[in-house]
Amino acid sequence: MVTTAMPQPVRPVRREQQAPAANPPAAPLPETAHVRTDNFSVYYHDHPAVNRVTLTIPAGKVTAIIGPSGCGKSTLLRAINRMNDFVPGARAEGQLWYCGQDVYGPNCDPVELRRRIGMVFQKPNPFPKSIFRNVAWAPKINGYRGDLEELVERSLRQAALWDEVKDKLDRSALALSGGQQQRLCIARAIAMQPDVLLMDEPCSALDPIATAHIEDLIDQLKTQYTVVLVTHNMQQAGRVSDRTAFMYLGELVEVDATDIIFTRPNNPRTQDYITGRFG
Amino acid sequence: MRAPKLHRRLFVNGLFRAGIYGLAFGALLPLFLILFDVFRKGLPVIDWNFLVSMPRATGETGGGIANAIVGSLMLIGLAAAMAVPLGVAAGVYLSEARKSRLAYFTRLAVDVLQGMPSVVIGIIAYLWLVRVMGKFTALSGGLALGLMMLPLVVRGTEEVLKLVPAHIKEASLALGVPHYRTVLRVIIPCGLPGIISAVLLGVSRIAGETAPLLFTAFGNRFLEFSPLKPVGSLPLTIFTYAMSPYQDLQAQAWGASVVLIVLVLATNIISRVVITRWKIQF
Repeated sequence: MVTTAMPQPVRPVRREQQAPAANPPAAPLPETAHVRTDNFSVYYHDHPAVNRVTLTIPAGKVTAIIGPSGCGKSTLLRAINRMNDFVPGARAEGQLWYCGQDVYGPNCDPVELRRRIGMVFQKPNPFPKSIFRNVAWAPKINGYRGDLEELVERSLRQAALWDEVKDKLDRSALALSGGQQQRLCIARAIAMQPDVLLMDEPCSALDPIATAHIEDLIDQLKTQYTVVLVTHNMQQAGRVSDRTAFMYLGELVEVDATDIIFTRPNNPRTQDYITGRFG
Repeated sequence: MRAPKLHRRLFVNGLFRAGIYGLAFGALLPLFLILFDVFRKGLPVIDWNFLVSMPRATGETGGGIANAIVGSLMLIGLAAAMAVPLGVAAGVYLSEARKSRLAYFTRLAVDVLQGMPSVVIGIIAYLWLVRVMGKFTALSGGLALGLMMLPLVVRGTEEVLKLVPAHIKEASLALGVPHYRTVLRVIIPCGLPGIISAVLLGVSRIAGETAPLLFTAFGNRFLEFSPLKPVGSLPLTIFTYAMSPYQDLQAQAWGASVVLIVLVLATNIISRVVITRWKIQF
């Protein structure tokens, strides 16, 4: 299919067994790190949207990135699976590691990377196809050899959508409600069997009930996936995440366990944002 | 106090409304006058025989324009065969690489080509093919028409593909579908109705071209299916018949005009139906 120097998909526990020969990381990875940035910046033309961020995203946990609008949190998220490649004028500096692989290095195939790192967008964006084909399309195109029906069912079950759509898999995905569409998009991402899920404000277009559904889902997903969640909603970060990173004006102000960030942050700016003094 | 002002406003409003309606009607009037005259003079000539039989010898009455219809369809087919693959490919490139320098120059070149006088394009086709092959051919006529059609297909495709929602493209890319496959399997299928209508609009644009055919396809009074021979065409037939001193041929020129107009109108209408009826689905 694709021949690259990317390491095989691994659960983070096994990572030390297969160090990539071609491009060893500059520093030894923390045992539980899945994605790690090192002095990482993203520029739009000359403006740094993400400025020298050093952040470790541990495996099997939910990491929330919070911060006011325009603080670069979405840009950082989209840098992880190199979706910024398609933004004219965007340029990355510094290092971003995924499973010990330099994501912006010469040996990284962004297509293969995006198969490992799934993404859920702010606005539900199902394909204008049937529910079944929404989930089955990408695995099929990327050469999935197994049983597609089984894969679709498993993915929809994991996304807590199966019971609602099992009788209408051939209906258009666009007929679903917004919350269902978003869970379908999660199922679609899961169907590629990634090990990281990037979520870019997945609930901002949804009503409170649909939001609660997605949050429950994120809670279940973290047993199998590393989740990175960008959110505007501090309560949401508090509810679902294990670790929270606070970004402001492109810089990472503070990152710590979520309960610490929300109860006794180290940095006064974090304190101000959390307590609603700005943002 | 308020009533007089209100009356005045209503009056001005009515005046403007009448003015707008009048001007809009004025814009439509030429079209209807043209259609009315062409159909009045052309329709009596048209019957089944006119469509399927060949021209008679000069001086004889009767006969038809089968050679011109077949020739025109052939020329359009050849032009589309050249312009569609090239034009769609260039349009895809322009919509994907919006800001690149090459895209800028391609866009400029395409716009210049679009403004090229048709007679110049005819001469170029003459230079490139007729002179080289040593004979007038349908192929050279197709080349001339294809060059005229190309800009319409390129810009039409580009504009339509720009309308494909970016979030669908992102969804595909984020699933690890390579860029080229995203283009082939998502973006082009989503824009297909628009591409088809751009092609059909290009067809209706070139169907009536006369100048580029004068020294390429040249014209042929006999039925000819080979692309390597000269062929007749509707515009050329209209041109020669209308200039002829025979009343019968002049009437046939009107008949051929009706056939040509119906052909163009039909492609236009089909393209509109395609645009409105086709839902995004791939």
